Amino acid sequence: MSDLETFRKDARAWLEENCPAEMRDGAGGEENICWGGRNWEFQSEAQKTWLNRMAEKGWTVPAWPKEYGGGSLSKEEVKVLKSEMRDMKARSPLESFGIWMLAPALLKYGTHEQKLHFMPPIARGEIRWCQGYSEPNAGSDLASLQCKCEDKDDHWLVNGQKVWTSYADESDWIFCLVRTDPKATKHNGISFLLIDMAAQGVSTKPIKLISGKSPFCETFFDDVKVPKEHASGIAAIVGDLNRGWDVAKYLLTHEREMISAGGGGLFGGRGMGEIAASEIGLEGGRLADPMLRGKIAQAEIDGWAFLLTLERMKDEAKAGQGVGANSSMLKYYGTEFNKRRFELLMDSGGSEALEWEGERTKDGKLARSWLRTKANSIEGGTSEVQLNIIAKRILQLPGA
Amino acid sequence: MALVLTEEQQMLRDSARGFLDEKAPVSALRKLRDTNDETGFSRDLWKEMAEMGWAGILVGEEFGGADFGFVGAGVLAEEMGRTLTASPFLSTSILAATALQKLGGDAQRQEHLPKISAGEAVFALAVDETRKHGPQKTAMKAEKYGNGFKLSGDKTFVADGQVADKIIVAARTAGAPGDAEGLTLFLIDAAAKGVARERTVMVDSRGAARLKFEGVEATGDDVLGEVDGGLAALEGVLNAGRAGLAAEMSGSAQTAFTMTMDYLKERKQFGTEIGAFQALQHRAAHLYSEIELMKSVTLKALQDLDEHYGMAGIICSLAKAKAGEVAKLASQEAVQMHGGIGMTDEFDIGFYMKRIRVAQEMFGDAAFHADRLAAMRGY
Repeated sequence: MSDLETFRKDARAWLEENCPAEMRDGAGGEENICWGGRNWEFQSEAQKTWLNRMAEKGWTVPAWPKEYGGGSLSKEEVKVLKSEMRDMKARSPLESFGIWMLAPALLKYGTHEQKLHFMPPIARGEIRWCQGYSEPNAGSDLASLQCKCEDKDDHWLVNGQKVWTSYADESDWIFCLVRTDPKATKHNGISFLLIDMAAQGVSTKPIKLISGKSPFCETFFDDVKVPKEHASGIAAIVGDLNRGWDVAKYLLTHEREMISAGGGGLFGGRGMGEIAASEIGLEGGRLADPMLRGKIAQAEIDGWAFLLTLERMKDEAKAGQGVGANSSMLKYYGTEFNKRRFELLMDSGGSEALEWEGERTKDGKLARSWLRTKANSIEGGTSEVQLNIIAKRILQLPGA
Repeated sequence: MALVLTEEQQMLRDSARGFLDEKAPVSALRKLRDTNDETGFSRDLWKEMAEMGWAGILVGEEFGGADFGFVGAGVLAEEMGRTLTASPFLSTSILAATALQKLGGDAQRQEHLPKISAGEAVFALAVDETRKHGPQKTAMKAEKYGNGFKLSGDKTFVADGQVADKIIVAARTAGAPGDAEGLTLFLIDAAAKGVARERTVMVDSRGAARLKFEGVEATGDDVLGEVDGGLAALEGVLNAGRAGLAAEMSGSAQTAFTMTMDYLKERKQFGTEIGAFQALQHRAAHLYSEIELMKSVTLKALQDLDEHYGMAGIICSLAKAKAGEVAKLASQEAVQMHGGIGMTDEFDIGFYMKRIRVAQEMFGDAAFHADRLAAMRGY
């Protein structure tokens, strides 16, 4: 038996023994995610047990090195573990911005001490992070951000506002882009700063979106004092002073890759044609609405071609071919496609898809999801910004 | 299987590109057009291609072929799409070679495949009878006559039909137009009594013909595959052609796009390169994305033909539909972004628009294939 097969066998046995029955319902919706953090209220005892057991094993973040709270598993082993978890419909024990965003930044730009200090609590689900990038006047033009961070010798003094900070009201810490040199050109005076949300002067306010509730907040900093070192030898700034834009760019690319890779999930369930057929019905074997049928067929062609493109880009990367900036293309196409897909699902749902409340529609689940997709092509860099990036980095058009 | 070209396939691509750039650039097609060339392609060039193993790219080694598979054939089709090379590659090396390899009996394969590999015989596939593709609509009759058949009816849009030595023709041995059953493929000598052909001068300057069959006699030996073999056998051959055309369009679209990007970087108006205008940049970036999708789905279709020939119908429809739409967009944007010069005959971009329009229509346009996909997906 190969090492990988041995690993699979052991992993399966361990999961069988340690994953509580309630956590094997395959529930992957946002409402069932365990986010962790100081203020986290577990939905059940099982959720808590599952997190703790997985964290102890290092499997909340299986690919991270053991010293940072992970399982030191190889890529292949992580794949095996995920497939075993999928097979038993195990829920993910923990998701967070700390895992998705901060950790990749720390791994690339952080000091060994910063990694040792900040990563294990993320892995254990003890500290929940949020991301402070956008500001009211710095959206697509993110580098024009103004959140002020002054050097007061023994501490940083932060004043300003962030917007679209997901779950800021429930988070313990925030990683933030702040302006540390107002005289430098706009990309050169930014730093990547870690702030404790419990510090005096930090406040948040939720934002309600057109889809109803939302995870987004505004976050305000009024004379917030941030120590230069959060503990002895643990700098509050990640990477070099005034080089925060490098970190931000790296993370934005990473975020786009995650968003576009999420495109794969689009086709996990039933196809658009199948859904429309069950809702509208067939006539002579064809969808009873011939115009909609044509649109759905064309969308399925594009959706399929998009998935194959994700696959091809992955294979090209493995083979050492391909273009790095393609994450912008995937983000652009994938999010625009998702909007189109939900428009078609709303079309085939007809008036029933318009219900906003009530059990029949699970409180307008489709309508709310449809509205939520409108943010896909705004967050993580708008479609227009992605097109700018493609024009500049891939097509190398002038002045872009 | 990884969705990338193998090293061997990349080498084939690189050598094909070098050869075609030198021997068969767009100016060669222009010359064929301007001299009203009767053949529609250069026989010398075709001979050279055969010597390199291209004519028999799908043919088994025992018949003198290169046995390089559909991905290999697609690589060549894509390169020929880049230079708009006129050759009987699609009709002979993809369609006829597939039909003979997959459906032919031993005697037929031994007789014809070596000639295909050697570039000695040109074949054509005659399917469509009306202006829109629809193999199921076949009305041409093949009536029992003694021990054989008599074929009567008309065929149109037969690529390379004007010079083909042999014609593979779909005819009805049973049933009525619209039935999937009752179709049979025949291998007919183009010089046979009762075959009349009219060369059609097409918008893309490539060779095609309308064929008239009046009581053309065929024996049982001329049947390719089974009598009443039906649509399924024909569809396999058509799928190969569709994937080949998708690859060709991919090559044409990519070249039209590259020419356009070069032009955006060089043409100046309002004191700056026009490529600096965001209105053009965003359209270019969108088109880039669409082209990437086209490349993925085309490669997948070719790989699936190699690996699951009988089940590649849906992916070939996908590729043909997507490539048709994207190549159309690429040619339209190319002409528009080139402005006035794009409309002149002297400039090459118009040749791309014309060829893409023909390739798009052949063996089913995007609407045909979207409809086919929806039907196969049960809605």
